[in-house]
Amino acid sequence: MNQKLHIDRTHLINQLKQMLRIRRFEEKCTQLYAEEKIRGFLHLYIGEEAIAVGVMSVLKPEDQIVATYREHGHALARGLSMGSILAEMFGRTNGCSRGRGGSMHLFDKQMNFYGGNAIVAGGLPLAAGLAMANKKQHRDAVTVCFFGEGAVAEGEFHEAMNLAVLWKLPVLFVCENNGYAMGTALSLSESETNIAKKASGYGMASSQVDGMNVVDVESATSTALDLIKTTSQPYFLECKTYRFRGHSSFDGQLYREKEEIRQWEEKGPVIRLQNWLKENNHFNEEDLDELESEIKAEIEAAIEFAEGGAWEDTADLCKDVYSPTQQGEPG
Amino acid sequence: MNAQTLTYREALRAGIEQALEDDERVFLMGEDVGRYGGCYAVSKGLFDYYGEQRIIDTPLCESGFVGVGIGAALGGLRPIVEVMTVNFSLLAMDQIVNSAATLRHMSGGQFNIPVVIRMACGAGRQLAAQHSHSWENFYAHIPGLKVLSPATHTDARHMLGQALEDPDPVIIFEHVMLLNENGEVSESPEADMESALVRRQGDDVTLITYGGCLHKALTAANKLAELNISAEVVDLRCLRPLDTDTFLGSVEKTHRAIIIDEGWKTCGLAGEISAIIMEQGFWFLDAPVKRLCTAEVPIPYPSHLEQAALPQVKQIVEMAQAIMEGR
Repeated sequence: MNQKLHIDRTHLINQLKQMLRIRRFEEKCTQLYAEEKIRGFLHLYIGEEAIAVGVMSVLKPEDQIVATYREHGHALARGLSMGSILAEMFGRTNGCSRGRGGSMHLFDKQMNFYGGNAIVAGGLPLAAGLAMANKKQHRDAVTVCFFGEGAVAEGEFHEAMNLAVLWKLPVLFVCENNGYAMGTALSLSESETNIAKKASGYGMASSQVDGMNVVDVESATSTALDLIKTTSQPYFLECKTYRFRGHSSFDGQLYREKEEIRQWEEKGPVIRLQNWLKENNHFNEEDLDELESEIKAEIEAAIEFAEGGAWEDTADLCKDVYSPTQQGEPG
Repeated sequence: MNAQTLTYREALRAGIEQALEDDERVFLMGEDVGRYGGCYAVSKGLFDYYGEQRIIDTPLCESGFVGVGIGAALGGLRPIVEVMTVNFSLLAMDQIVNSAATLRHMSGGQFNIPVVIRMACGAGRQLAAQHSHSWENFYAHIPGLKVLSPATHTDARHMLGQALEDPDPVIIFEHVMLLNENGEVSESPEADMESALVRRQGDDVTLITYGGCLHKALTAANKLAELNISAEVVDLRCLRPLDTDTFLGSVEKTHRAIIIDEGWKTCGLAGEISAIIMEQGFWFLDAPVKRLCTAEVPIPYPSHLEQAALPQVKQIVEMAQAIMEGR
């Protein structure tokens, strides 16, 4: 384990709380989706929480995050307020992207959170560019780019891998390998299913980690960040995980067996940490109830915040297409 | 105002040099822009002077390096990204359209992308069907982008600087047939980058054009003068946003309009301009608007076929004569 990590009871309980926040928030989102308060696509992170929580807990405020359309967990773990995230999903102006993006496009400049990219692998070149800007401007920041294993089949993945190593860009590539690109299993889409191996093909240091174990993810991230800083090279972290829910709100899950889901749920990140803490007498039912009630209150406050948000006036429909300086578009 | 004579290529290079001198956040990136000197030799010599930190040779991965340019702009730099030709830019279209054009809007105005993407375009060098097209309209279709078409040497010299001052993504199209031409370059820009300019005054018919067709329209206007037809020539300069006031003002004066566009006619810029005239200038018109565009064929290799596909001076003259019938 990395020497710099101080993993004590308080820290672990906080990690559990962060994961539970994401879990309960998204469970509420499915209900709000059924109530048609959230529309569009809704990609749930349930099952994968340990990755966002583990990685984010090591990052500094100046580090930058580029995420995908399955980014509620990343946004919450990074510190965006639950209210501003939910308001965004409600399409209100108090949302973190003023309601223009929705679930797939959460942004927050203060948090160095660069979206919410819904083009698979589209965020990778962007992340490499942010890292180039950091390097050229001598900023001591790392750009962390999350993507699924489906992105590995895209050309942009390979182009970004090559450029990041070629130009020694400080990027941490975090592959969230949940085994399915929508409904297509990894073995049906990749000639080489060892994803981390692809990084080594570009000369990039890499490792594989149990993405269902928040401590492992945190530790691996810490090691990766140290390496990025000492070697001035990018790093590739493959996190093996599983999504417990469908790809999005429209998914009959015809491509996998219920038994497979059940088996993964047994080793889920929340239940696992919870049980470990209980078995080692760090945590009891009362502590859990306390966490749950804090989270419940946070979710209720977020719903109130989101519902209280104003709708954008349609007179402002074309706002923020161009910057307000110069002439911009007529009308 | 002092003017100097340069080739269009030299004017472009002078613009890049000025940008590199003025702002240390500016760098040039693209395939073979450094050691090779640029596919069309626009950046020749810059690598030796500015070095590899500011003149960056990229691998052949348009989507990758254009995306890096967009990310670098997001991170506070001012990249000039060169894409060899508009045909190759299709490989980067995801980054340009899905990222550069959308990030400001999707983030509710929190982020902007001050990237400039330059690319060669146009036919006439017998480069056939994968190196010769005029697809300015593809990019001019996209809200969030600005699209420039410098047709004069002064615009070639100064539009880059104007584009870099803009906080939003700007695409600049450089027509390959202009590169070797000599022309006068003014010390300062003729207008802000989003304004169209009347390049020749006239009373009878307005020739609306841009880029590589401007000199054809001006040549045609001179021939028309000999035929007692006074043609006004409007250079659009900026294809998005379009300066509608300038060409509508001209049509109000002349009452006739011909649009000359090296793009294809179907779903093209000429159709857009024609529709704007119908919507906003219908009562100015004494004759239906006419369009002269490239024939609907991938650009062929043999010179006689390539030239047959492109708008020509003779056709402009004939079209203007036809539109003046019954005057």
